[in-house]
Amino acid sequence: MNGSKSRPDRIASHVRTMPPSGIRDFFDIVSTMKDVISLGIGEPDFVTPWHIRESAIYSLERGITSYTSNLGLLKLRQALAGYVERVFGASYNPANEVLVTVGVSEALDLAMRAILEPGDEVIFHEPCYVSYGPVIAFAYGKPVPIQTDPQGGFVLTAAQVAAAITPRTRAIILNYPNNPTGACLPEAELKAICDLAVKHDLIVIADDIYAELSYDHPHTSAASLPGLKDRTIFLHGFSKAWAMTGFRLGYACGPADLIGAMMKIHQYTMLCAPITSQEAAIEALKHPDQDINGMKAEYQRRRNFIHASFTEMGLPCPRPAGAFYAFPNIAATGMTSKAFAYGLLEAEKVAVVPGTAFGPCGEGYVRCSYATSMDQIKEAMVRFKRFAHQRMAAKA
Amino acid sequence: MDELLKLLKKNALETPEDLAKMLDLPVAAVKAKIAEYEKSGVIRGYQAVVNQDQLDINLVTAVIEVKVTPEREGGFNHIAERISKFEEVQSLYLMSGTFDLLIFISGQSLKDVAFFVSDKLATIPGVISTSTHFMLKTYKDHGVLMETEDEYERLKVSP
Repeated sequence: MNGSKSRPDRIASHVRTMPPSGIRDFFDIVSTMKDVISLGIGEPDFVTPWHIRESAIYSLERGITSYTSNLGLLKLRQALAGYVERVFGASYNPANEVLVTVGVSEALDLAMRAILEPGDEVIFHEPCYVSYGPVIAFAYGKPVPIQTDPQGGFVLTAAQVAAAITPRTRAIILNYPNNPTGACLPEAELKAICDLAVKHDLIVIADDIYAELSYDHPHTSAASLPGLKDRTIFLHGFSKAWAMTGFRLGYACGPADLIGAMMKIHQYTMLCAPITSQEAAIEALKHPDQDINGMKAEYQRRRNFIHASFTEMGLPCPRPAGAFYAFPNIAATGMTSKAFAYGLLEAEKVAVVPGTAFGPCGEGYVRCSYATSMDQIKEAMVRFKRFAHQRMAAKA
Repeated sequence: MDELLKLLKKNALETPEDLAKMLDLPVAAVKAKIAEYEKSGVIRGYQAVVNQDQLDINLVTAVIEVKVTPEREGGFNHIAERISKFEEVQSLYLMSGTFDLLIFISGQSLKDVAFFVSDKLATIPGVISTSTHFMLKTYKDHGVLMETEDEYERLKVSP
């Protein structure tokens, strides 16, 4: 043996043992194929509203290209505090309780690194966004996933949380409206879970990135519940509701000590979020409802359409109450999630993501994003139906 | 505006079946509602939005500002209705400001349009003056851009 190229021991064990994202290999195959209709995309198909893009351009024209304060531009933090108070009903001091980050992804990472001692446990619900487990593990914490029940619409229950709490539990992550299931958390269940957080002195991480895209009931954030603000890290950003994924702009609100700790890591590792994105975000917060409501109405029509289509083709699909994902059950085809997704891609050139990418309890399901045009969704449903019915007939 | 109308305004070719799914309504209800709109005249027709610049045809479009004398009975209505009946007139609006009627007309040639203005429009009793502007290029019509921009392609799968 010469050289040192493939010595596994020079990769830290907690990184080495982490499997790559289940989406990755699937992505590699899809990206080699032409003319694929993709329902596999976890970002809006809308372009960022023009007035927001224009203000980013204008900031560049004025030569605004510097670093900002570590916390983010004060003007943006003030606007954020105003927005969070109006929409979520929780008030934060822009001076020390709001931190602007590079997407919610960074904010989540900061939160984990700020609060976890090695071996501390963090409870979260599955199916879930692909990064929760890994981010906890990279912060030397222990991921404690709870498998939510499809019969219950993938809603986390307080009873499940209570059973998972141990003396090492430090925090619980809540992400509703949910990626990948589209589920929302009923307020009573949220309250019961938060009561447990108080009782066991846990921190609640409220990943409310899809909050605006709640179709049937207004979203309630843990941060707005009485007595919860002091133990809640509220995470939100511009990617989904404003269609600003590539701007990479998120933020965290929380009690000053937690935000201060997160800021310390952010300051040494990221310095600040890009100023162009921050300028764009200031503009985005000027007339947020106008931008969001138009897109939301379109998502809602697509939600109705895609849910009706799955129901019509005889595949059970919990009615998505939020976000822009449907999570139909394809077990009737006799195929695993992965085999179904690969088969559908091969036979009909429609890309969906196997449910197992979001946790083992996603087996039997596929995630279909409806953040794509209605025309594409219509054609995708025709092809989906053809494939599913063929496989169901072959099985019978 | 009613959601159904909004969807039809955006795409009149949506089928009742698809509309029903989008609006979470029974197909029969959607069909009945459309029939009702057609009968009551809320929906007055269905047309394609065509980029005429792309076609090899002779078509001249002009916008004409017209000043008229309103009548004692009926105000602007009588004269506006009279003008609107000409086949050449595509759209006609009553306006506030320095003129009264705004007319969109089209013809096969500049001469056609000029003839219409001098011979038909200007001679109508009550028309005081006309000012004709010829259209050179259409960038957007009925909310639809006439140029297709290259679409930026997103990653095909993302978390």
